Amino acid sequence: MRDFPTYVGMVMSIDLETVKKIASLARITLSDEEADPLKGELNNILAWVEQLSEVDTDGVPAMTSAVETSLFQRPDEVADGGYAERVLANAPSAEFGYFAVPKVIE
Amino acid sequence: MTTTYTIEGATGPWELVLGLEVHAQVISNSKLFSGAATAFGAEPNSQVSLVDAAMPGMLPVINGECVRQAVRTGLAIGAQINTWSRFDRKNYFYADLPQGYQISQYQYPIVGEGEITIELEGGHKKVVGIERLHLEQDAGKSLHDQHPQFTLVDLNRSGVALMEIVSKPDMRSPEEAAAYVRKLRTILRYIGSCDGNMEEGSMRADVNVSVRKAGDPLGTRCEIKNVNSLRFIQQAIVYEASRQIDILEAGGKIDQETRLFDPGKGETRSMRSKEEAHDYRYFPDPDLLPLEFDDAFVEAQRASLPELPDAKADRLINELGVSAYNAGVLVAERENADFFEATLDAVTKATGKPTADVSKSVANFITSDLFGALNKAGQSTSTSPVSPGACAELLALQLDGTISGRIAKDVFEDMFASGKSASEIVEAKGLKQVSDTGELQAIIDKIIADNPAQVEQYRGGREKLFGFFVGQTMKATGGKANPQVVNELLKTALAG
Amino acid sequence: MSEVLSWTLAEARDALSKGEVSSVELVDAHIKAMEAARALNCFITETPEAAREAAKAADLARSEGNAPALAGIPFANKDLFCTHGVQTTAASHILEGFVPQYDSTVGENLQKAGMISLGKTNLDEFAMGSSNETSYFGHVKNPWRLPDGTDTVPGGSSGGSVAAVAAGIGYGATGTDTGGSIRQPASFTGTVGLKPTYGRCSRWGIVAFASSLDQAGPIAKTVRDAAIMLEAMAGYDPKDSTSVNRPVPNYEAALTGDIRGMKIGIPSEYRMDGAPEEIDALWEQGKAWLKDAGAELVDISLPHTKYALPTYYIVAPAEASSNLARYDGVRYGLREMRDGGGLVDMYSATRAAGFGREVKRRVLIGTYVLSAGYYDAYYLKAQKVRTLIARDFAAAFENVDTILTPSTPSAAFAFGAKSDDPISMYLNDIFTVPANLAGLPGISVPSGMSAEGLPLGLQLLAPAFGEETLLRTADVLERQAGFSARPSRWWED
Ligand SMILES: [Mg+2]
Ligand SMILES: [Zn+2]
Repeated sequence: MRDFPTYVGMVMSIDLETVKKIASLARITLSDEEADPLKGELNNILAWVEQLSEVDTDGVPAMTSAVETSLFQRPDEVADGGYAERVLANAPSAEFGYFAVPKVIE
Repeated sequence: MTTTYTIEGATGPWELVLGLEVHAQVISNSKLFSGAATAFGAEPNSQVSLVDAAMPGMLPVINGECVRQAVRTGLAIGAQINTWSRFDRKNYFYADLPQGYQISQYQYPIVGEGEITIELEGGHKKVVGIERLHLEQDAGKSLHDQHPQFTLVDLNRSGVALMEIVSKPDMRSPEEAAAYVRKLRTILRYIGSCDGNMEEGSMRADVNVSVRKAGDPLGTRCEIKNVNSLRFIQQAIVYEASRQIDILEAGGKIDQETRLFDPGKGETRSMRSKEEAHDYRYFPDPDLLPLEFDDAFVEAQRASLPELPDAKADRLINELGVSAYNAGVLVAERENADFFEATLDAVTKATGKPTADVSKSVANFITSDLFGALNKAGQSTSTSPVSPGACAELLALQLDGTISGRIAKDVFEDMFASGKSASEIVEAKGLKQVSDTGELQAIIDKIIADNPAQVEQYRGGREKLFGFFVGQTMKATGGKANPQVVNELLKTALAG
Repeated sequence: MSEVLSWTLAEARDALSKGEVSSVELVDAHIKAMEAARALNCFITETPEAAREAAKAADLARSEGNAPALAGIPFANKDLFCTHGVQTTAASHILEGFVPQYDSTVGENLQKAGMISLGKTNLDEFAMGSSNETSYFGHVKNPWRLPDGTDTVPGGSSGGSVAAVAAGIGYGATGTDTGGSIRQPASFTGTVGLKPTYGRCSRWGIVAFASSLDQAGPIAKTVRDAAIMLEAMAGYDPKDSTSVNRPVPNYEAALTGDIRGMKIGIPSEYRMDGAPEEIDALWEQGKAWLKDAGAELVDISLPHTKYALPTYYIVAPAEASSNLARYDGVRYGLREMRDGGGLVDMYSATRAAGFGREVKRRVLIGTYVLSAGYYDAYYLKAQKVRTLIARDFAAAFENVDTILTPSTPSAAFAFGAKSDDPISMYLNDIFTVPANLAGLPGISVPSGMSAEGLPLGLQLLAPAFGEETLLRTADVLERQAGFSARPSRWWED
């Protein structure tokens, strides 16, 4: 893998290979016909969001949540589950109470 | 110090550098972020909530008990507790990972640095550093060999709370790694945060292995995933280290990668042969807020901790005079230590003797007699047919001279088999020790009279024959004679 | 057109409680209107049978004296809210045929309040869009057309919901607003759209787009109706960790009509170069109306406003790329298989076939900005700018009670006008996105007409949990504007 810069301030342009790499990380098959225009669109969007580099964020904390409240902690009770049929109701493929997917060879 | 463990290669000895990531299932009724049950062995997908199945629009809500247990565990390993921590998403696709990400703690774990002291062969101790402990979700289970065409997915484990405990790369031999896991398991079981059941997968280890020549910087490591027994951990380390040494000595270099241990073949193999490198794209889970608590909460958890194994062993050795070896054996499992302490308490009460005077006998009895019998019967202290009270009664009878040590062993055997109490057995079988000097003198007089030749030899200097006379006396009393009294009377009588 | 269709929710409620009309009558009239409006394509799934059953039950409950406040009032439910036993698609092929085994908390709250769903409204796929052109189930048409009869977009993503309300189908509708998806389409259709404070309405059971931004809210004919519906939708939900445990006030009671002495902030940064003049003119008119009602106008500055959209287009796709990972063909929805393909092939084929172009675009952007080496430069940077945006608002709200801005930079546009250029489409949300980033409540109130005869809205913003102030101001703005235009019912021809 190439060495990518980790700072904003440089207009980066992603190539077709990168588009395909991202698509494969995202598990979306892309044909060349799809990937090419997407490359242009993604580059436009990336160039456009690049303007954030103008903003001085030194010492600014990243927002962790839009709400000011504390995390509610549930009591440790069994209050859910026990309905395999509901869990499996929409399964494209199920066998013997399991979800079934193409065989994985590990 | 022990000598450094090395593996001998063609170019000389290689050192091992080992670090472990232990995944320990938190003891909880329900999952980390859902209310579904966690019990082992349920019907497939029967302990799955809509949240665990990652149905659209489902949201995680944290289980307070898991937070509490993570903090208690952190305290038990003397670690830094972070009162502000955060959950991140680790993104990757797998059939048994319904959300397409695992909720974990990447950048800000709930517990920071700590340490564990491990016990090694010959009573040596070593401190192993802990890097961090964080909470995360377990994945579901994929069964690859149950169907000709499909991999089958059971989500019962999906979302179960795990503590990932990451050590520093402080271990240098397979034995140290095993001792580390053993000790960690002991601590977790003491405080009740994990049952430590490796067969059921409640505890499993990712083992990071690298090799180097003495004095060299750290080598490239490989991570062996999900090893689930102490034996396999050691086997995997030896295999993997040797594999790396072979590569290095042939002039190759080690690829940092994730490997799988095959217990059948005793080998490790690469898990990602054709797959691209993972890019987990960690980012803070926007469905959750930072996890915050105050010092009072931490102190309450500290107060809830039982005496920990190291402290208990120290006390047994220094205050009770138990041997270091026995103390180590006794504290290794909390239930054994509890059994010992309950027995000791009852013996002290029954005999009125100071605890320190009887503790050694109690420790000896439990580590040899009781554990011997339990082992043979395939039982443990929690399923023992004899209770601490029953053991104490037996020990008290022995300590006050009512029965001899030898008889005590027989009585214990009987107790173990029949469930009867020691006094019942002693009474029914008339096993009370004979300490009456008059009665014993008569018996001894008769033995001396019946064995003139031996008496003569003894008096002529064959002092070894003293044992013969003790034996004869014991035989004549059915083993019930008080050995001390017999000794004294015999000495006087034989002195002539 | 049946007269009951022109009523507001409040009027329907009052008529029901006085016994002047039955729920069955209301629901029947709405079902007819819904069926007559199929040309608008507002609904992905219509549920007339269930609605009729519920109407009967509501009438019965009312006759027995135990009807909840809004018993028997029909509404339209955005197809992002999961509905037990009723297909929920998020307007995506990947969820086609998915029948949830649960109801969203908001949907359940509305049901408890007595409201009756007519069906599931169309939207941009996974709520990603500003024109309702990304739905797998076809475009929604805006009931408002250009003078020459050209169809216009209803805005998005809650396009089906706003179009339904504008067409008199339902006395209100649910919407969700991640970057403007309630307010922008409300502005395009002459309806009232309210995005509550983040945490006010539970997100449980709503198909997630961007978790830190998504918020459900009502789309209504009037501010009063929005207040009534919000009260029914809102509330703490222990199943949503970001839901806030705070009592729900009587929002309708906040509509006192009195804003004398109230300070209204006018942010200079919302004056955009190149924006149509009529937008500015409307804004000026809005200021005058509020001033006339006794409020004080205060010039304020929200200096980071121009960075809101680029911030949003990092944060939202990043979260979406992760939220949409669950659509993998394993447990529900579409599964595409290639012969002899393995698990990875199944994932990739399913997601390639199941997601539309805009969704793919955003998932890829999101994947990219989170990937190794880029996190700090994009996601972390954006979350820092987000803090600055929130601070801008916090500072402003130290001096003002609400903020007045235009809702959108333009009126509704024709189909296809912006779909070739993602960024020009994204610019639709330029005025609405900041409130999402800061978690603040906002409302769009229909306030005027464009030169081409299309509705235009003005937006009001308030501090977190300032919905009462927001609604009070909006109510006054609505009265002052006196917006009464209705689209011609061309679709019934
Ligand atoms: Mg690991
Ligand atoms: Zn882990």
